[in-house]
Formats: sequence, C-alpha cells, structure tokens
Amino acid sequence: MSTPPHIEPDTHETQVEVERYELSAPPPYRFDIERRAFMQIFAVMGGGLLVVSSLPRAVAQASGRGQSRSAPREIEGWLHIDEKGHVTGYTGKTEIGQNIRTSLAQAIADELRVPMTRVSMVMADTDLVPYDAGTFGSQSTPRMAPQLARAAAAAREMLIDRAAALWQAERGTLSAKDGQIVGSGGRAASYGELTKGQKLAGAIAADTPVAPPAEWTLRGSAPKKVNGRDMVTGAHLFTPDLVRPRMQYGRVLRPEGYAGALVSADDSRAKAMPGVTVVRDGEFLGVVAASERLVQRAASAIRAEWRAPSGHPSSATIYEHLKKTGQAGGGRNAPTIAGDPARALASASRRFEASYRIPYIAHVPLEPRAAVAEWTDGTLTVWCGTQRPFGVRSQLAETFRLTENRVRVIVPDTGSAYGGKHSGEHAVEAARLAKAAGTPVKLVWTRAEEFSFGYARPAGVIDVKAGVDGAGRLVAWEFDNWNSGGAGIRTPYEVPNQRIQFHASESPIKQGSYRGLAATANHHAREMHMDEIARGLGVDAVEFRLTHLKDERMRAVLTEAARKIGWPKPSKEGRALGIACGTEKGSFVATAAEVSRASDGFAVDRLVIVFECGAIVNPDGLRNQVEGAVVQGLGGALFEALEFENGRLTNGSMAEYRVPRFRDVPPIDVVLLDRRDLPSAGAGETPIVCVAPAIGSAVRGFGRVDTALPVRLID
Amino acid sequence: MARYTLRVNGKTHEVEAETGDSLLSVLRSDLGLTGSKYGCGEGHCGACTVLIDDQLVRSCTARLGSVASRPVVTIEGIATGERLHPVQEAFLETEAFQCGYCTPGMVMATIALLRAHPDPSDDDIARFMARNVCRCGTYFRIEQAVKLAAVRMRTSSSAGGRR
Repeated sequence: MSTPPHIEPDTHETQVEVERYELSAPPPYRFDIERRAFMQIFAVMGGGLLVVSSLPRAVAQASGRGQSRSAPREIEGWLHIDEKGHVTGYTGKTEIGQNIRTSLAQAIADELRVPMTRVSMVMADTDLVPYDAGTFGSQSTPRMAPQLARAAAAAREMLIDRAAALWQAERGTLSAKDGQIVGSGGRAASYGELTKGQKLAGAIAADTPVAPPAEWTLRGSAPKKVNGRDMVTGAHLFTPDLVRPRMQYGRVLRPEGYAGALVSADDSRAKAMPGVTVVRDGEFLGVVAASERLVQRAASAIRAEWRAPSGHPSSATIYEHLKKTGQAGGGRNAPTIAGDPARALASASRRFEASYRIPYIAHVPLEPRAAVAEWTDGTLTVWCGTQRPFGVRSQLAETFRLTENRVRVIVPDTGSAYGGKHSGEHAVEAARLAKAAGTPVKLVWTRAEEFSFGYARPAGVIDVKAGVDGAGRLVAWEFDNWNSGGAGIRTPYEVPNQRIQFHASESPIKQGSYRGLAATANHHAREMHMDEIARGLGVDAVEFRLTHLKDERMRAVLTEAARKIGWPKPSKEGRALGIACGTEKGSFVATAAEVSRASDGFAVDRLVIVFECGAIVNPDGLRNQVEGAVVQGLGGALFEALEFENGRLTNGSMAEYRVPRFRDVPPIDVVLLDRRDLPSAGAGETPIVCVAPAIGSAVRGFGRVDTALPVRLID
Repeated sequence: MARYTLRVNGKTHEVEAETGDSLLSVLRSDLGLTGSKYGCGEGHCGACTVLIDDQLVRSCTARLGSVASRPVVTIEGIATGERLHPVQEAFLETEAFQCGYCTPGMVMATIALLRAHPDPSDDDIARFMARNVCRCGTYFRIEQAVKLAAVRMRTSSSAGGRR
C-alpha cells in the first residue's frame, strides 16, 4: 500500500480484511479434482434436480474472500430437489449458534416458494459441500444467503422450464407457488412430480432473477430454529457426544504451563495397563484406551518431564514486551497516511495523548475442542467442532501426507466458537491417536486444556495522539496499534491529517481470531479517546462526534442511541452516561451506557444498542446475536483478562476466569434499524465493538478511568 | 473397580466403576445419556446439571460413591413420550438458546429453581442460576423462558395438573 492522499473510511468495503492471526495458512495450491462431479451427487441422492455452479468466480466469492489462490474448478453442487419435492441446500458454513442453518434454509425456501419444513441443509461436510474458506468475518448472511438464494431461484426457473415443456405452455404464463408450478386454467404440478424420474442439472446463471429484499416473504420473518427441539431435549449430538463402532478414547499429555518442550517420559505404568496404547511421536505424547475413565487413569500414570520456556513476560509486563518486540512492517502492515500528521500535531492548539492497553482474553466456548477420528483403508474421516472444515482438511492432509480427497471433515452443529475454533489441532491429535490405535478415537479437551492450549484474543497496546485546532476540530490523528490487529483500525471521523499504523509483535501466548477481532480493541481506544477530547474541550461527546462524521448510517445509529438513552441526562441523580459508535464488517453500531456508583467501583444499569446491518433476514435470530455479542462484550469490558506468569496461566479455569453470568447482565435495549434498501451485512460481530468504550466513558463521570481494559476507576 | 446400581430416569442400571468416578462420565460413557454436557469439570458452568432427589446437582463433580442408589433425573428423562416438559416447551418457544450446549443444564436448573421458587423474581433466577453459564449470552431469553414456564406450571398445578 502506498500513501493515498485521502483516506476513505472502510465502511463500505466489500472485501473484509483477512485475519492476521490465522493459525494455519491456506494451502499454497489446490488441485483440481473433479471430486464432486454432479453425476456422483445423483448417485448419492437419487434423481431429481441439481443446481451447480462451475463458475470459479462465483465459487471464490461465495467462499468469502480472495484467499483461494487458484479458485477450485470443481463442479459445486449447491441445491438438490428430490423426487418427493424435498429440497436440500449445501454449504460449507458451520452452525456455531449463530442460527445460520435456519436463516440459510429461510433464503432457499423463500426463493423456491416452499415451506421451511421442506428444506434441509447439509453443512460443513467436506465431501458433500462446495469449498468454503470458513465461517468467520460475518460473511454467512451477506454472501452465503444470496448464493443459496440464487441456487434456489435457478432451481425454480428450471422447474418452470420443465413444466413449460411438459405442458407445451408459454413460460411467461407459469409461476412457482406453494411448492408447485402453476399455470393457467388451474393446472399445477408439484416439484416432486416435475422431478420424478429425472436427472435435471443446471447451473446458476448470472441473470437468475432473485427477489429483492422488498419482495421477501419468509426472509425478514422470524421462524424458529430448525433443530431447536433437539437442543431442549438433549438429543442434538455435538462432537463430544458422538460414538463410532469400536471407538476408543484419547488423551494428550501436556506441559504444566501453556508451552513447553517434552524432555522425557516414563510411560511404563501406563503401558502395563491392559488395553492402553501409548503414542509417542516426537513432541507428541498421548494415550488411547477403551473408556474415558481408563484413559484418564493411564494419562495420570505417565510421568512426563517438560522444559518450560524461559524469559516469558507476565500479564503485568506484557505491554512493554509487545512494544519492545513490535515491528512496523510494510505491505498490508504499512502505515496509512493522509496529509502531514506530524506537522498538524505540532501546530495544533490542543493535543490529547493516551496509551490504551487491551489484555488477552479467552473465548471459553462451552463445548471444548473435540474430535472423533476414524481411518478406513488409508482414508481419514474426522468429526470435529471447527469454523474452517476445509482448512482443517488441509491441515490433516498436510500432516499425514494425504491428498485432500482422502480426508473428510464433518462438523456437527457446534457448541459455539466466537472465532476460537479456526485451527484443527484437536483433529490432528485425534487422527494421530486413531492411527496408532487402529480404531476410531474420540478426543475431548478438558477446560484447562482449552484455556492453556487453545488460543486467545491478542493483547495489544494502542497509542493515540490527536490534535485539535482553535475551532475545536480534529486536525491530526496518530494511531499506533501493537499486536491487536488491523480490523477497525481506521477512523470513521473526518480528520485531514492521519497516520495509522499496525505493529506486529511477538506474543508469548498463542493468539488468534475472536468475535470482532481487533475491532473491539481499536474501537475502544478510538472511542475512549474521542470522549476524552470532547471532555477536554468541554463539548458534548455526541455533538463532537457528529461534527466529524459524514456517513449517514453512522450518524443514524449514533443519534438514535443518544435519543434512546436520554442523552445527555441520566435517568437518575448520581448516574452517568457514556456513548460510543463504530462500524465494522459493513454494519453500524452505537452503544450507550448508564452507570451508577457501587461498592466495588461502579455498576452498569442499562445499555442501549442501536444496530444497522442493511436488510434484516431473520429479526429474531439477529436480536439474539446482538444481545449475545453485547453480553460477550460485557465480559471484556468488566472483568475478562488472562493472567499469566512464568509461562503459566494463573486464572485458567472457570472458577478463576470470570465470564458474564445472569447477575452481570443489565437491562439491554436493542434497536434494530432495518434497511431493506441496502444489502444485508454481517451481524454476529459488530455489536460487540462499542460495549467497553460506552461503559468506560460513562464511568469517567465518576472519576479517572484506567486506560487498560477491563474498565476500572483509578481513584 | 466395584459394581454400582444407579437409578436414572426411572430405570435401574448396573455399572462397573470406581467410587471417585464422576456421575457425568458414567451417564455419558456407560449409559449413553449424552444430553448432560461436560463444560468445565469443576461445577462452575452448569452444562452437566442433573437432579438427584429433586435437588440440583453438578454431575461432573458428583462422585459415584455418593450418588449411587439415589434417583437421578437427566434431560433425557423429563419429557413424557413426545410431550415436552413445560420448561422445555418454554425454552423452545422463547428460543432461549443459540448454540444449545448449555441448554440441557439450563433446563434442569430451571426445573430445580421452579420447585424452590414457583414464582421466581429476577434476583431468584440470578442467584439460583449463578453457576449456569450461557457463553452465547442468551440470558434474557432464558429469564423469559423461566418466567413463562413458571406461569404455565403454576396454572397447571392449580388446575390439578400432574406437574
């Protein structure tokens, strides 16, 4: 990137930024294997109608990003209608609680004019679904829903063609309605009748007519979660619940801290236990046994010695370490510069400087990493919770030196992820154990393993320097982020002179994606700083923002949040208000907080979230996602932080690491602005980004607030 | 290893286990009742919640030796055939879940809560459910579900209903 003369806020970018912390890089190439030739799908599914897309461009788009270096030229089957008229949609997206199984079925049912009960989704099975880069970056609704809608619309048009040919009728006189193609004079045929005995295949055409949001019927409504009943009966099988014939249980031996090298292991006692297999392969040490409890006993019987890493910083010294090891890189890490920020800063009439610190935090998905691995005749099948089934397939293929067509990854609907399940180490471990044992093996990580050997949201240091002219306008903005990442790093505010820089640092703790990524850290620093400047200038924090904001969508959410919380007057004497706004992944959010004093500092009495993500597909599901993101944001705002010292976590358990519970959640007003005139943007992440600065700026009403998260009063 | 007789959901099971083995591991591995989930193994997340003698118990920290012969009810044992328990119905109707991993534990904790507090306040819910975590943050909906179930169960018991 060179230095553009003017920075556009990145609010309308169609291409979201790739995570900096992908733990497994995509494979350098993908072989063109015609694995999913559509005749094979007919072989599996029986006859009927199949919609494929063989356009590499469309596939690459649907996969979410331009990561695929050579787009796969496989024939991708997206949708099938069987001879009974049942519709199956195929997608590489994973259901991790964001309700995408339901909203994708909704898009298909809507275009095909069938009830939801007639649609099922095959998701995240690498042998059956089109390639997909992964479920992250809030791309499932903006990209996958339209893709499947196009496939469904193509199927609808094919059915009309078929009826027109059968009846020798004018195409224009026919239409799709209630699972039938209907013509003049009351003539009608169900989809099942039309596909019976057929093998109809067609591709999605660029001009396939798809209903605009204004004409949606099912989309925009709130049907119940399609497999909700299984959730309340305990019938849904998450990966840890799976059982395969002859399956055994595995366990991996780990160092005492979060890292360490295996020095020696005495496994004689474990080996003497009947039915126990000890697997040692380089640094890898694991056990397999016929039952979960036996494998636990066998693992405890092994005496392993580990060399702990030396010289690791602690959670107290980490920020210094990140700055010291930080490198201002080139390429995508090159600074974004506009005007002459140094000069503008030097000549500004007021300057505001601060250094914000963001700790590592843990995802704590309630379902820990788990995998069931099974080898059959040199092919490997792994069931596991992950957001990147194809990425995990590549990882397995590389590790075991297999071609990708000999590896199948299947992801059961998963007990959440929040960006924490991009990597496939659990799949690799289970596969290694199963290979040694010669039987299928199930591996379920313990909570302690999750804390220490999963990965964390990166810690970061963010230095902000701002300059204001005599008229109270921002003239300079310097923003340096060490290690958090680049998501949301640019400012949406109009500032003529800017320098924005990400510095990659060395992290002692394994780090990776997280809901909202670095946008939470960057929004916290930016919004806290905007509030600080407004306070310093003695101007209203909402007015100050509005005078620097052009974007109408951002102004709309901010204005509405202010109105809804009663800005600038708290609802009661002794309380204080705070507000923050931002944009990420193409959607817009403003959060307002009301706080009061409490014995341990402060309490959050109320939050208002105004959220706008274009056209709303499933309002109830969206509300659930927004509330969830806000609750998760409360954790990082109020108490979540990984603590560590000498290479070990000191709060790596549910008892010590505090996550939001019932009593922590204040009343939350969620206002959704539905913009049917705009395409749907992603929604699972953005609502998290302004929770901490809304609370942090509110608490400033009571005194000085620490520049580190979690929010706390200093005096 | 010793033989234990367990009464789970009205059925009697014989299992080979050690006295210190967790009830959760026996339910899941030996009896195939996987509705109760492992979340933390230390009684702090509630995903493994079951009822013993109608009391809320974290099955991951309950040792077999201390629970054998007492009646255990798990998520699999509360519906009557196809008819869901009113608490299950309420969770379903209010869509009080996202990923669903905490849901069985939440449902079981709610049943115990409503036995102790048939008309629970927000504070009762927050206190009683303090050790049940929903990491997806669906606490509002769970509160709604609890209250809906409470209303229905009070109505049906005052009308002479079985529950």
